Amino acid sequence: MHAFEYHRPASTQDALSLASKKSEGRYLAGGQSLVQAMKLRLSSPTDLIDLGSLKELSGIKVSAAAVEIGAMTRHAEVAGSTEVKKAIPALAALVGMIGDRQVRHMGTLGGSLANNDPAADYPAAVLGLGATVTTNKRKIEADKYFKGLYETALEPGELITSVSFPVPKRAAYMKFRNPASRFALVGVFVADFGDKARVGVTGAGPSVFRQAEMEKALSAKFSPEAVANIKVKPDGLNNDLHASPEYRAHLITVMARRAVEAAIK
Amino acid sequence: MNAPLIGARVLRKEDYRFLTGAGQYTDDVALPNQSYAAFVRSPHAHALLRKVNIENARKAKGVIAVYTGADLANAKVGGLPCGWLITDVKGQPMKEPPYPSLAQGKVRHVGERVAVVIAETLEQARDAAELVEVDYEALPAVVNPVKASTSKPIHDIAPNNICYVWALGDKPAVDAAFAKAAHVTKLDLINNRLVPNAIEPRSANATYSRADDAYTLYVASQNPHVERLLMTAFVLGLPESKVRVVAPDVGGGFGSKIYLYPEDVVVTWAARQLARPVKWTAERTESFLSDAHGRDHVTTAELALDKDGKFLAMRVRTTANLGAYLSTFASCIPTILYATLLAGQYTTPVIHCEVTAVFTNTAPVDAYRGAGRPEATYVVERLVETAAREMKIDPVEIRRRNFIRSFPYQTPVALCYDTGNYEATLDAVMKMADVSGFASRKQQSLKNGKLRGLGYACYIEACGIAPSNVAGSLGARAGLYEAGEVRVHPTGTVTVFTGSHSHGQGHETSFAQVVADRLGLAMEQVEIVHGDTSKVLFGMGTYGSRSIAVGGTAIVKALDKIVAKGRKIAAHLLEAAESDIEYDRGTFKVAGTDRKKTFGEVACAAYVPHNYPLDKLEPGLNENAFYDPANFTFPAGSYVCEVEIDRDTGTTQVVAFTAVDDFGKIINPMIVEGQVHGGLAQGIGQSLTEGCRYDETGQLVTGSFMDYSIPRAGDVPMFKLDTRETPCTHNPLGVKGCGEAGAIGAPAAVMNAITDALGVKDVPMPATAQTVWKYLRQEKSDARV
Repeated sequence: MHAFEYHRPASTQDALSLASKKSEGRYLAGGQSLVQAMKLRLSSPTDLIDLGSLKELSGIKVSAAAVEIGAMTRHAEVAGSTEVKKAIPALAALVGMIGDRQVRHMGTLGGSLANNDPAADYPAAVLGLGATVTTNKRKIEADKYFKGLYETALEPGELITSVSFPVPKRAAYMKFRNPASRFALVGVFVADFGDKARVGVTGAGPSVFRQAEMEKALSAKFSPEAVANIKVKPDGLNNDLHASPEYRAHLITVMARRAVEAAIK
Repeated sequence: MNAPLIGARVLRKEDYRFLTGAGQYTDDVALPNQSYAAFVRSPHAHALLRKVNIENARKAKGVIAVYTGADLANAKVGGLPCGWLITDVKGQPMKEPPYPSLAQGKVRHVGERVAVVIAETLEQARDAAELVEVDYEALPAVVNPVKASTSKPIHDIAPNNICYVWALGDKPAVDAAFAKAAHVTKLDLINNRLVPNAIEPRSANATYSRADDAYTLYVASQNPHVERLLMTAFVLGLPESKVRVVAPDVGGGFGSKIYLYPEDVVVTWAARQLARPVKWTAERTESFLSDAHGRDHVTTAELALDKDGKFLAMRVRTTANLGAYLSTFASCIPTILYATLLAGQYTTPVIHCEVTAVFTNTAPVDAYRGAGRPEATYVVERLVETAAREMKIDPVEIRRRNFIRSFPYQTPVALCYDTGNYEATLDAVMKMADVSGFASRKQQSLKNGKLRGLGYACYIEACGIAPSNVAGSLGARAGLYEAGEVRVHPTGTVTVFTGSHSHGQGHETSFAQVVADRLGLAMEQVEIVHGDTSKVLFGMGTYGSRSIAVGGTAIVKALDKIVAKGRKIAAHLLEAAESDIEYDRGTFKVAGTDRKKTFGEVACAAYVPHNYPLDKLEPGLNENAFYDPANFTFPAGSYVCEVEIDRDTGTTQVVAFTAVDDFGKIINPMIVEGQVHGGLAQGIGQSLTEGCRYDETGQLVTGSFMDYSIPRAGDVPMFKLDTRETPCTHNPLGVKGCGEAGAIGAPAAVMNAITDALGVKDVPMPATAQTVWKYLRQEKSDARV
């Protein structure tokens, strides 16, 4: 790890002001990706602005229509929240599958979304539920938030403050794990909003994406059979040691079918 | 007190220390004025070193010194030696290219050490290491072992990248047997390359005392005396008496810590240059890049059978990847420890094996848990199972038709098995695994959309490689005995020094059980000491499941001398003839009387010799022994594996694994079970998840746990274990060794189960979900046709 300056601002305003002055600085949320990259000397920010004291960025608010989660809320809190489990059980279940116990007690929603790892779990729920990402400046719809490999709509210094997840009629997430990292080799989040269905796929492409054909089929009839025979095109899907584009394409269909099965159970 | 301890499930003495975080590993050793080393490593698999500019690094904050290969060459630091000379088929010695500790003019694998930076702090050393500028001229990399002999040379001394072509067995007889065979089964097999991944990374911390002109090296090693011998005699040219090597608590090795590594040499040499302690601990990335890897064989194997399934001959041709340099025991693994095991448990009358060992631009390959024997078992047991399927003979029946049944048995591949009962372990495992109920379990799996398969493996292992003179005639450059010393203290407690080394095996407990049992003492009265050349008289260390069979026997021999001397002392104290003194569990007795002296009383007399035959006997009670075994020991066993395969995803789950092993006499069944569990987990890992991969440019693709998949708890089932016992005939404890069995037998059992489930001839390891899915897809498209 290269040397850096550590800051622990007491307010969001102070954090934003620091970020505006430190062009090579980074916000530190849970540190589960950034600190690893720093340890490997792959990332060398001059300054770390630790958001750990900013209570206003943490917490869960549940209404009939939406679950709003503060950006600094740790995964363990979301996964263990009885309110989230009641409102969107698929979301609590997905968060409970992130990393391991240690990761879940440090990692945060905001950190995961700002990083936008192509194999992260949270983006599948954000996109699959059509959530809204709130920052210090604006509200960004999920469909406009994820831009590509580790790329988001966030501007330099822009800070995620919370995310609002619409409550679906039913939903589920199925994750096929990378045998080594246990990240999603393919993860599929399906959500049924009654009039329409959404499908968010993570792990398979350079960034999370929606699967239009499946959404159409599930909007017409939210049943496993609706997606079971959809052949996903492998073009543009990730290719690595663990899975070819063809295998990932195949797994998207299998995981989507299983997710629908789980959602209607 | 004094209940038999051999065979008891005694809880491990060392666990209090380990479980409370009180273990003392090499990286825990902090010496006064400690400095820290960071190595600059090659990012290229194969490149010429045009220039290494260390000026900026040298000037960086906190830097004490920067050394390159040129500095070591100027100081006449030798290259690392290889401990086994293989003689090739033409009677020529193997090619032994120089193995410098810091690269000289050329780098030959990613991760090879180019320079070392030593600084006041670790971070300063690492920061400065980034300032070393290396001008590389990249060369094409040789990665695929099969293509090595037609690629440009890595070493001048080996123009076709072949280290040796070696063979064992009667080729004309084998060819003749094949010519008249009713059936020939042929398999092309790859034994996948593995990264050892001990939980404790390698670490070395060296210090030099000008006052004593002496060195101390703390190092995560499986055999500190061998490390010292190789370093002093071959590399640094120092008297052994001036070098103390301490291998304190060591967190696993699996073979990877047997060897002398360049980093150990560099920190030891540098400690003297700087007159300061120099410490280095591998980061996990460095472990992946530079620990010696395991396996990596490409094999074509054939089995000739008569019409009844009787084995007539076996023919095996293997290309073994040795990596870029010859690691300490690299040369003997794919030869002496591989081809000699190809008889397995069977009476195959003639066997021929030819091994082409090649250099490639990859990390050195050496012994890894099992070392040659898993590769041999994989060849034999995959062949046998495949032959049975092809000939439509039950795989159990074909094994029974070919089992060795009378002992001693001389195989056609040099070994002589002293004892065994293969039928017994096979019968037992079939019952335990409920093989007869498999058909209905398979139906149930099918109902759940899953394929189910069952596979066997009947392995043989050769442990405690010996005797030294035979090994020497085969090229060993070291002895293969073990040393032990028993020091009885005046109060009758005992400290035992062993040349074996425990790095997870529980020797402090199981060896103490042997000593306490043999002397009739309590466990608390016995202390086991290992891992320090200044304390232990000598030792060859721990590898090849040799510790109890060889190290334990050395201790028993020393114990016998203690008792013999004790009888003389007791005879004097009891005023009886020595021949009348019996030793019985802690007490010296005059036979047929109630006159006796306890072990403690005799010890006390030896050290306070007031009433003592000083004219005939030295005071004190301290004995040592060296033991050079007459033969290997031959553990064997029968494994049954059951898998379920998810037809949608290709995921294989090992749903049941049953193992019945014959380890001879067992000292501590709990520790043995732990050893088997670990070995099976690693064997299942090799079969399903682990595969070290380099790309065509020689970059390590599986360079971290993000991509290299070691098995997790969820990847293995609850193991069902049992043992059968045919005691080893040539050591006094009747023990054989158990450390590697699981890793040796498991891969064949798992892959036999997977191929059974899929109904295909072969699936390459690791059988990841993606790999299996490809076969499932094939099956589907075949079905459509």
